[in-house]
Amino acid sequence: MITAGIDCGSKNTKTVVLKDGELIGKATVQTGFDQEKAVEESLAKAVEDAGISGDDVSKIFGTGSGREAIKMADDTVNEIKAMSRGAFFFFPNVRTVADVGAEEGRAAKLDENGNPVDFAINEKCAAGAGAFIEAMGRALETPLEEMGALSLQSDKEIPMNAQCVIFAESEVVGLIHAKTEKQDISKAIHDAMASRIVSMIRRIGVNEDVAMIGGVGYNPAFVGAMKRELKLEKIHIPDDPEYGSAVGAAVLASGQ
Amino acid sequence: MAKYPTEPLKCWPKAKELRNNFYKNFDKAKEEGGLRWMGSAWAPDAVVRGLGEDVYSVTGEPYGASCAFDKPLSSKFLNAAENYGFARDLCAYMRNYWGSILCDEYALGGGKFPKADFAWSQHICCSHAKWYQNACELEGGVPLYCVDVGAGAYPPFEPEMYQHRVKYVADQMLDGIDWLQKVTGREYNDDLFFEAVWNDMRLTSKWAEICMLNRAVPAPLDEKSIYSLYVFGVLEQSNREFADFYDEVYDEIKDRVDRGIAAIPEEKARVMTDTQPPWAFLKIYRYMEQWGAVSIGSLYTFGLGGTWLYDDENNEFLPRAMPDKKPETREEACMMLADWHLSKPEYQHFYHPDYKTKMMDAIAKHWKVDGIILHYNRGCEGLSVGIAENRLGLLEKGHKVMAYEGNMGDEREFDEAATINRLAIFLESIGLEKPKK
Repeated sequence: MITAGIDCGSKNTKTVVLKDGELIGKATVQTGFDQEKAVEESLAKAVEDAGISGDDVSKIFGTGSGREAIKMADDTVNEIKAMSRGAFFFFPNVRTVADVGAEEGRAAKLDENGNPVDFAINEKCAAGAGAFIEAMGRALETPLEEMGALSLQSDKEIPMNAQCVIFAESEVVGLIHAKTEKQDISKAIHDAMASRIVSMIRRIGVNEDVAMIGGVGYNPAFVGAMKRELKLEKIHIPDDPEYGSAVGAAVLASGQ
Repeated sequence: MAKYPTEPLKCWPKAKELRNNFYKNFDKAKEEGGLRWMGSAWAPDAVVRGLGEDVYSVTGEPYGASCAFDKPLSSKFLNAAENYGFARDLCAYMRNYWGSILCDEYALGGGKFPKADFAWSQHICCSHAKWYQNACELEGGVPLYCVDVGAGAYPPFEPEMYQHRVKYVADQMLDGIDWLQKVTGREYNDDLFFEAVWNDMRLTSKWAEICMLNRAVPAPLDEKSIYSLYVFGVLEQSNREFADFYDEVYDEIKDRVDRGIAAIPEEKARVMTDTQPPWAFLKIYRYMEQWGAVSIGSLYTFGLGGTWLYDDENNEFLPRAMPDKKPETREEACMMLADWHLSKPEYQHFYHPDYKTKMMDAIAKHWKVDGIILHYNRGCEGLSVGIAENRLGLLEKGHKVMAYEGNMGDEREFDEAATINRLAIFLESIGLEKPKK
């Protein structure tokens, strides 16, 4: 059976195609203002990547903040369920999952079947989401993709406010004026955000096997900061972390 | 075919009429030579009743909530308060109330905001006394009396020195009677006072008994309806007409239970909430109903205008029984009233979050609740105290709990889409199926 999962997020729309429990195609496009167009493009590209025809896809499930725009979906699933089943697909031992996307940070506690039994979502603030690092990167005049590597050059600990992006930006500007090295500021930013996400995870409880999905999983500095905060040797991250929720949607579409 | 039969509440038109008359009476009090006073919803209004039958009040919290329900009006009032210089993170009811004075606009009935002759309040949260201190100044120098009820938690939570604490509050009421006579120039009528104390107890005890009926499955009342009915316990607790009305409401709800009449026809799961809702977004309750979830009430709706006692040994939460006899002296009436008020469930959490967790746990158990929805209410510093602790405590006791952020009286701090999304996730997690489109 071939199924597709589409995760229409605030920044990117991600689609995966699963065939009998195997990932055979994936694609990401920027969501932009026209969500429906992004969804169509993303699905078409994922189908092409899988080397199949659109008609071969038996069922499509949508998720993400823009899931109502996934008109061709047979059904939609909420983000917590999708992220949980996605993480469980990659790491069946995992019982705690964090999903740090552009717009929102979320955490869920799973049962032995990968279903969420408790969850937490960051409150009305970008400080617990990928947009935080992006905004701080702008303040540091550093591209987002370089922020992680830059941070890894520092071993300093500078406490920073991660409760509010606006105040955090003021702090970054203050640190720049105080001639603080860029890498030290970058590390402070990652540490602050990790601290905020971890406090959210702690609300639902931390198990030994923790997985992280979402695009921020690519950022080694953030992952390192998370491990330090959680006092864990390892956090499970799939190869393509940004597809975690789309995979969950596709798994649910397959009836598993 | 619906799972349960349902029908509208028969008491609805009377509830509306009584509420409208309450606000109209305040507005028109001067036309018949009466007096007006303002104060908190928990002010011991029975004491003021001794001044005569033509003394009318407006209580700030329900007034602020009504303002908040009307988004454009509330926006105007909040802006007026902020432009005056009041901080945006203060109590949202209070800011609506101050804004109403500043705009000189009466939200309930139109026209100019009727000025009070005096303010009679109580002080339990960090805002009450300051609310009326500023309101009195904004109204051009109205005299204010405030009863400090911050006297510790009621037994079984804190039994130590309890009688001394009751006397501390009762003595303030006694002094308050002298003060009322001085500022109004009226003779005080003790018989009216005794009757009012009795009506306060009748009304608040009966409200608790009405809420007890919601233990039934299906629930005869949903919380949205409860919001419209509980208000009499916070408009004026000692009002005889309101107490009589609750007797009628009790009979009607009892009849609904006997006949299996449901608040919502597809009750599949029961949730309870906490603290004030975001008044401008009561549609979230309708949304839950689409899933088959009925909100059976909360410690807030049960306890704000109801008097209950928590039984620690049996983890029970039961209506407080009426005393054997009416008070016969002024001192006795003040002691009885102080004791009655200090047992208000919603006072207890000010002293320790565990007290509230225990009461909520008892409600969840006896009202057969499947999930608990907490509101991190930025608009109320008092009732938001310790909610994060309550969440942890309730989780430890095995309940399913979700929390959302918002504000009871300032729509700018409520994210409707995010809250609906969170509710969907939660309702699914308690076993409900997503409604078909």
